[in-house]
Amino acid sequence: MSEFLQHLINMLVLGGTYALLGIGLTLIFGIMNVVNFTHGILYTFGAYIMFIVVHQLGVNFFLALPLAVVAGWLLGAAIELSLLRPLRGSDIDTTMLVMIGAWIAMQSGALWIWGGVAKSVTTPFPEAPLVLGPVSVSWLRLFVLAAAAMLIVVTYLLINRTKLGCAMRATFQDQDTASLMGVNVDLIYTSTFAIGSSLAAAAGALLGPVYVIFPQMGDLAAVKAFAIVILGGLGNITGAVIGGFILALAEELGAGYVSSGYRDAMGFLIIIAVLIFKPTGLFARSERVG
Amino acid sequence: MKSGIAILTVVAFASVPLWLRDPYLMNALITTGIFIIGAMSLNLLLGFTGQLSLGHIAFFGIGAYVSALTSLGFDVGLPFGFRIVHHPWPPIAGFVLAIAIAGLCGYLVGLLSFRVRGAYFVIVTISFAEVVRLVALNWVELTQGPLALTNIPSITVGLPGLGDLTLRTKLQNYYFVLAVAVVTYLLISRLVHSHFGRAMRGLMENETLAVSVGIDVTKTLTLAAVISAGIAGAAGSLYAHYIRIIDPEVFAFINTVTMVIMVITGGKGSLAGPVVGGMIFGLLPVFLRPIMAPKAQWIAYGGVLIIILFVLPRGIVPSLALRFAKRRSRPETVAPVTFSERDAKEHA
Repeated sequence: MSEFLQHLINMLVLGGTYALLGIGLTLIFGIMNVVNFTHGILYTFGAYIMFIVVHQLGVNFFLALPLAVVAGWLLGAAIELSLLRPLRGSDIDTTMLVMIGAWIAMQSGALWIWGGVAKSVTTPFPEAPLVLGPVSVSWLRLFVLAAAAMLIVVTYLLINRTKLGCAMRATFQDQDTASLMGVNVDLIYTSTFAIGSSLAAAAGALLGPVYVIFPQMGDLAAVKAFAIVILGGLGNITGAVIGGFILALAEELGAGYVSSGYRDAMGFLIIIAVLIFKPTGLFARSERVG
Repeated sequence: MKSGIAILTVVAFASVPLWLRDPYLMNALITTGIFIIGAMSLNLLLGFTGQLSLGHIAFFGIGAYVSALTSLGFDVGLPFGFRIVHHPWPPIAGFVLAIAIAGLCGYLVGLLSFRVRGAYFVIVTISFAEVVRLVALNWVELTQGPLALTNIPSITVGLPGLGDLTLRTKLQNYYFVLAVAVVTYLLISRLVHSHFGRAMRGLMENETLAVSVGIDVTKTLTLAAVISAGIAGAAGSLYAHYIRIIDPEVFAFINTVTMVIMVITGGKGSLAGPVVGGMIFGLLPVFLRPIMAPKAQWIAYGGVLIIILFVLPRGIVPSLALRFAKRRSRPETVAPVTFSERDAKEHA
């Protein structure tokens, strides 16, 4: 029983960052209809920004996090403006392949600049974990959970309570009508990609210090993000949050009770199962096209 | 005229070992040839049915593992106390089994994944490849996991009147790969120009219309997936018996991307496209090696993929064919209209 409780605690910590990854991707996927293969690279990028800012610039750990989010926002906007805007209107396969090209180039770039040796970020949190009866959790992981929860709430308010969010939702529903109503669709696309990218960078900046940082760390993160998006339904933020926690639970239970080697297979199995049995996602609101 | 070019190309490839003595280049040519066979099989799906399978390396890898295990033998325990003991068979049996089992996997994957289209199809196929990779990594009793399957025997072919020939040298392997590539090319060419090929293209152009004229979508797509997977399995088998060592890294996503780059660069939906694209990207590392670090090469790969999509979205072969046809002003040789072009016309 205590083992199960421990898995639940781990699931909460993991699920929070997975939800961030999923929200970012579901926004981009849902609004722009772009299969964003650079999402994992933004995750890696966020983690490396954390490492550079803390270790090479000597900035405080808590200040480094917002810096990573801003850096992710800028890189996302740059990718959108340079690669996706010229391809507006081309089919989904073309943009997907361009994103794959960008991913390969950027990941190899990361390997070139930062090397293949895994790095770790030192944190200001005490080594000793917080012990709560039968379970224990490190202070760092608690901070990760709190920060992820805060970012999820901020994103939710941004989408549902601001003018920009309203324009994003309108673009998601009907791009042509939104543009007739005076929504600047180009601006919405760039903002969407930048926001989604900054959330991926935030997830990387949060999970990077928990594990280690290496150039390929984003590959699995990207696939997990896809699993979460498919689980939650296209463009569905609440679905992405729930999907993130479901995936984390599946991974924890899979690793704990089946075999730790198959932990990372859970995301893929979920993708296959959902698309076969309920292709509209578990919490679908609108008809899925494409 | 087209068949003239094809025969000249085959003769040119066949003459390469006569003047090329560099073993490093021969090795690059053989692996490139194997990947071109894989790219041709991918083109059958991507170029002629319009389905982008990003899990194609799974069939290649399954072919490699099936072939290697058939010729090495294995002894694995199953749940409930069952054991499977397999004694080594000749590698050529592995080659045939690789095609059959990869084709069967293509059938199962097709059956499941053709329920969804577009981005969802792509993600299902990636997931399938990753699950297979994780199984290969973790089922150590069967696959040796990360320790790799080693000492895979070379293929022995029975030549009529000449007895058995074991393909040990690069020269022998080169001709065997060339032969399989030519057979694959002819097979795909026949398929594409048959009734079945027209059904595939009809589906790609307009699925609703194709259904309304009586084309069975699932059957057509699944059959295309089976043939495509079978050919990829054959390529994987060739790879296993040539390299003679196989580890789960064969399933790496980057290998699928390499095949996709070959097809897109050469021109999807064109028979010669994967060959041209494959020669460029297969031999590019050889020429980049003296001037660029290996890490920088991959940056160049990604960059070239992006540039090709921006500058020549139809690929090299269809673009050249179009230019050639314009000059001769013979509209019947114009390459088939691709998706993006048709969309552009509709918007205009």
